[in-house]
Amino acid sequence: MALLEVRNLKKYFPIIKRGFTRKIVGYLKAVDDVSFHIEEGETLGLVGESGCGKTTTAKLIMRGIDPTDGQILLTLNNQTIDITKLKEKELRRTGVRRAIQMIFQDPYSSLNPRMTVRDIIAEPLIVNNVAKGKEIDDIVADLLKAVGLRPEYMQRYPHAFSGGQRQRIAIARAIALKPKLVICDEPTSALDVSVQAQIINLLKDLQKDFQLTYLFISHDLGVIEHICDRVAVMYVGKIVELASTEELFSSPKHPYTEALLSAVPKPDPKRKRKKVQLTGEVPDPSNPPQGCHFHPRCPYAKDVCKKSYPPLVNLGNQNHPHLVACHRAHELELEGVNV
Amino acid sequence: MLLSVKDLRTYFFTDEGTVKAVDGVDFEIEKGTTLGVVGESGCGKSVTARSIMRLLPKTGRIVSGEILFNLNGQTVDIAKLPKEEMRKIRGRHIAMIFQEPMAAFSPVHTVGDQITEAMMFHFGISKEEAMQKAIETLRRVGIPKPEQMINAYPFEYSGGMRQRAMIAMAISCNPDLLIADEPTTALDVTIQAQVLELLRELQRDYNMAIMMITHNMGVIAEMADHVVVMYLGKILESAPVEELFYNPKHPYTMLLLRSIPVVGKRVERLEVIKGDVPDPRNMPKGCRFHPRCPYLMRDLCDQKEPPTVEVSKDHKVSCFLYGGERDGAS
Repeated sequence: MALLEVRNLKKYFPIIKRGFTRKIVGYLKAVDDVSFHIEEGETLGLVGESGCGKTTTAKLIMRGIDPTDGQILLTLNNQTIDITKLKEKELRRTGVRRAIQMIFQDPYSSLNPRMTVRDIIAEPLIVNNVAKGKEIDDIVADLLKAVGLRPEYMQRYPHAFSGGQRQRIAIARAIALKPKLVICDEPTSALDVSVQAQIINLLKDLQKDFQLTYLFISHDLGVIEHICDRVAVMYVGKIVELASTEELFSSPKHPYTEALLSAVPKPDPKRKRKKVQLTGEVPDPSNPPQGCHFHPRCPYAKDVCKKSYPPLVNLGNQNHPHLVACHRAHELELEGVNV
Repeated sequence: MLLSVKDLRTYFFTDEGTVKAVDGVDFEIEKGTTLGVVGESGCGKSVTARSIMRLLPKTGRIVSGEILFNLNGQTVDIAKLPKEEMRKIRGRHIAMIFQEPMAAFSPVHTVGDQITEAMMFHFGISKEEAMQKAIETLRRVGIPKPEQMINAYPFEYSGGMRQRAMIAMAISCNPDLLIADEPTTALDVTIQAQVLELLRELQRDYNMAIMMITHNMGVIAEMADHVVVMYLGKILESAPVEELFYNPKHPYTMLLLRSIPVVGKRVERLEVIKGDVPDPRNMPKGCRFHPRCPYLMRDLCDQKEPPTVEVSKDHKVSCFLYGGERDGAS
């Protein structure tokens, strides 16, 4: 049973014409018919360039914003509930709020500078009536130890900590309620390179110790490959490819995935640069191209690509699905990176 | 040699004390080559660039050292140049591009006005002539319909196009040295690849030297001929690019290269550098990396600053592991 299943999720933001009538002139399809599932204990990666809908997907699952259409199914204690339409009160009563937590990109803005570290980490415990009084201090101390910080620092304020330490505090807060699913939205992008590895290793350790399931959002393919079991690639609001990490990196089936992999600068000066360069930029999601959204940039595009959007089909097998949305996926021989 | 920086020290005098942002830095850039400068936040890489451009904020000052620049065969020391003389070099012989193009452009002037301003100032040409040249430059950097885009404002450009427009502005006077401070950090990977490719082409066509500042080892590997690794205001290691990647000597460089998750090379567990980058206002004594270094030698690394040792041709490293115990300055 999958812990989380997302079915045909859509989020259309209305584009409103300024002025007296405030007429809706169109829709920005930030997330457009996205489906995937996450098994308990695994890490699903979500990659894509800015504006592709990664963060909107995260916010929808968090129920921070309401979806336009689709279903978000969460399985807790062998019971599957559709959380898509639950009201705030019900989200709390059913334990959904406690089960899904989030870690943000920038630990400089995700921690309240006027609260002590103890209060920051204790807040979810108090709000959810998990602990009281002295008990709270013990739990906070344990959490700080779990993320590699000294409990003595509890009474300090966030400004006394470095970026990496702040991200550890944010992680402690996220795991305070023993969540099932943790959504990590670019958790290492704002950190110094020498600190990123510490946080990645910490997230891996915590996953084992606390039986966590991750939805890991990043634009850094190196980090994604390192931490994820399966990866979904998004482009202009849609998933264009979804497969196991090894499969996706070694034999991509969507030209966009191939282009992304080849565009990453590799830290190896002798490596021959390949010329699979994408021309143009990510299209405006409020006015995406007809047909396959990628066709204006795609080196393999044919007439059919301009006419209809390709369905997401399974080119793998039942046990090892490899989903791809490309008209020519079955005939193309694309190049990955050797793992 | 186009540029040689000798024992450069740039300090910031703030209310909370002196910050030695750049503290004794030496490097050289040959004509037409690319020097990669790697380092994390607070290592002084941007301050080094701004010292060369003489664009330091009010609290910052070059306290000692030389920045020798080859100006048409004549050597000038930029560190001591009067403001008026510097204006003739800045934008003309040395130009700079930044991480955030929106911050480099004025939002209230058209892109064309901003590109032509420098050309009119340095070459004394008319607005019409400058406009013609600006259109050509925009076309050269790959802006579609440059005749129209030249009259557009920066906000009307997309992210990647704005970066190209900033590059056009920087190369408009055909500089000898282009300082690129994290030019692709804010860009998506597919656009990053395009911008790096453009910079390589321009370097080839104009025989322009590039000082490429970044924290991304991949970008360094693709772009640089020679690399310097900075940490808290010092250069820890300096080597030709292949030497640095295949034969790193300084513990910081070695660990940094091993701690980055690399596409195509999955490992079970990443190696880490313990601790955090210290606050530059509170610099560690001795070698600046010693609190985080796994090879720390007590009573040596935490007391004395290691001297710079040349381990092989053009490969210099500042670390006691490679000798220099007695002559280390305290």
